[in-house]
Amino acid sequence: MSNGERFDVVIVGAGLAGTAAAYLIAQAGLRVVCIERGDDPGTKNVMGGVLYRQPTDEVVPGWWREAPVERPVTEERMWLLTQDSMVQAGFKSNRYAEEPYNAFTVLRVKFDKWFADKAVAAGAVLVTNTVVEDVIRDDGRIVGVRAGREQGDVYGNIVIAADGVNSLLSKKAGLHGELAPNHVALAVKEIVNMTREKIEDRFLLNPNEGATIELFGDSTMGMLGYGFIYTNRDSLSIGVGALLSDFIKKKVNPNDLMERFKSHPMLKKLLEGGEAKEYMAHLIPEGGAAAMPPLYTDGMLIVGDAAGMSNAIYREGSNLALASAKVAADVCVDAHRVGDFSSAMLSRYAARLEETFVMKDLRLYSRTSSYFQKQTQFLETYPELLVEAAHELLSVDSVPKQVKQRKILRRMLRQRGPIALAKDALGAFRALT
Amino acid sequence: MAVDEKTFDIGAKPLGGARVEEKLYNVRFKTDEDQSHLIVLDRDMCASCKDKPCTIFCPVSVYKWETDDHKISVSYEKCVECGACRIGCPYFNIEWRYPKGGFGVQYKNG
Repeated sequence: MSNGERFDVVIVGAGLAGTAAAYLIAQAGLRVVCIERGDDPGTKNVMGGVLYRQPTDEVVPGWWREAPVERPVTEERMWLLTQDSMVQAGFKSNRYAEEPYNAFTVLRVKFDKWFADKAVAAGAVLVTNTVVEDVIRDDGRIVGVRAGREQGDVYGNIVIAADGVNSLLSKKAGLHGELAPNHVALAVKEIVNMTREKIEDRFLLNPNEGATIELFGDSTMGMLGYGFIYTNRDSLSIGVGALLSDFIKKKVNPNDLMERFKSHPMLKKLLEGGEAKEYMAHLIPEGGAAAMPPLYTDGMLIVGDAAGMSNAIYREGSNLALASAKVAADVCVDAHRVGDFSSAMLSRYAARLEETFVMKDLRLYSRTSSYFQKQTQFLETYPELLVEAAHELLSVDSVPKQVKQRKILRRMLRQRGPIALAKDALGAFRALT
Repeated sequence: MAVDEKTFDIGAKPLGGARVEEKLYNVRFKTDEDQSHLIVLDRDMCASCKDKPCTIFCPVSVYKWETDDHKISVSYEKCVECGACRIGCPYFNIEWRYPKGGFGVQYKNG
């Protein structure tokens, strides 16, 4: 990349969205550069660790045969924790244990490096060690970016902001102001080394198969969020996150929360003997559709986390990033075919995204976070009620079951009251459907 | 102890097994010795900030209130660039930039 160099498309950020866009645009024969601030693609990137097969296939068909994946996910568990107990649910299927698979655990540093190499092999120019500091405008229109190094101006017909949740670039472009503390989750994660055999024994897995556990309730001390444990090849990804506003309100330190989480009696045996190898922290955009910036402006598109695309309820994000990148790449290619880079042309990106699961899901769950933020009983009161109900019913103590049922009902009514219970059921249903 | 017992009941379990400083030994950094990418804009503001939430919610405890010096210290060299302080400071008093290209945290797994 030399000063003043011109490309068809300039992409900022080599995460999933940026690299996917670079790969697809290069494949279409356009001149594209992807500018990454890390020393290598991936070294700044963090996610829980689940990458979905089908959405990634849409970008690189059969990717999982060659990419560095950890384990295909064959079981998804959900644990609801109180201080000394848990209620669990889950789904395990042999259908997930064979081709074409549903999801894989991945480590982003390894995966992103592989992915960026794919983009470069397709003809994209990758520039690392370079921070983009601002957009370059001409007559109001964005025509390029200014990198924080000597002679770092690069021009393009279209700029794609793929610079992640903190997206300083879309702020420079005036597309949005600062995120609100209740629109982002702060998550911390650790890589804990463990032998393959131990992982497979403890998680009841066939060789090379993987499991995910999402843990609600006491894992976050009732804050809106959850903990997770994902199995990698010979390590575990362990994390816990909650809304930044909840960390502030409850005055909790994330590392303390992590330590408390890992020492929970239900987790202790699972993690015993594991060796903590890496600690990291990352923000997740959770404001839903309402908190998203405009997805385009004159000369620029925003993709992935930079655009606030994540579906917290289903812990999806990587798939939204990839799908948005694909639509953005299509629009870039169309724009170059007709030589039209106007705002009207770029608006097709937003319009087409509306037709995909990306915006449909983001709109469907737009009320979810704000609803559960206000209704703290779901993570504070209900886990306790559920555990007590299970404890009551399953404790064999010569008390007739009818008496037990009444006792459970009385406890629920005492804690929430009949109207509140009905309201909660209806409210949760509406927030989740 | 980062939790205020008055406002939140931490429960029976002890907090704080491993300290974050110990964990950071395993994290790779390339530190920009010349300049901090985190700048507290108005230091007087921190003195009057009641809760000083950045000293609690920062996942690597970059911010510490130095009682003797009566000021916030910023250990930017251990910042993992999450961005929480920029958003969570109640006075938007932290100018948050990315470290220079190639500098800062360099994860090995992610």
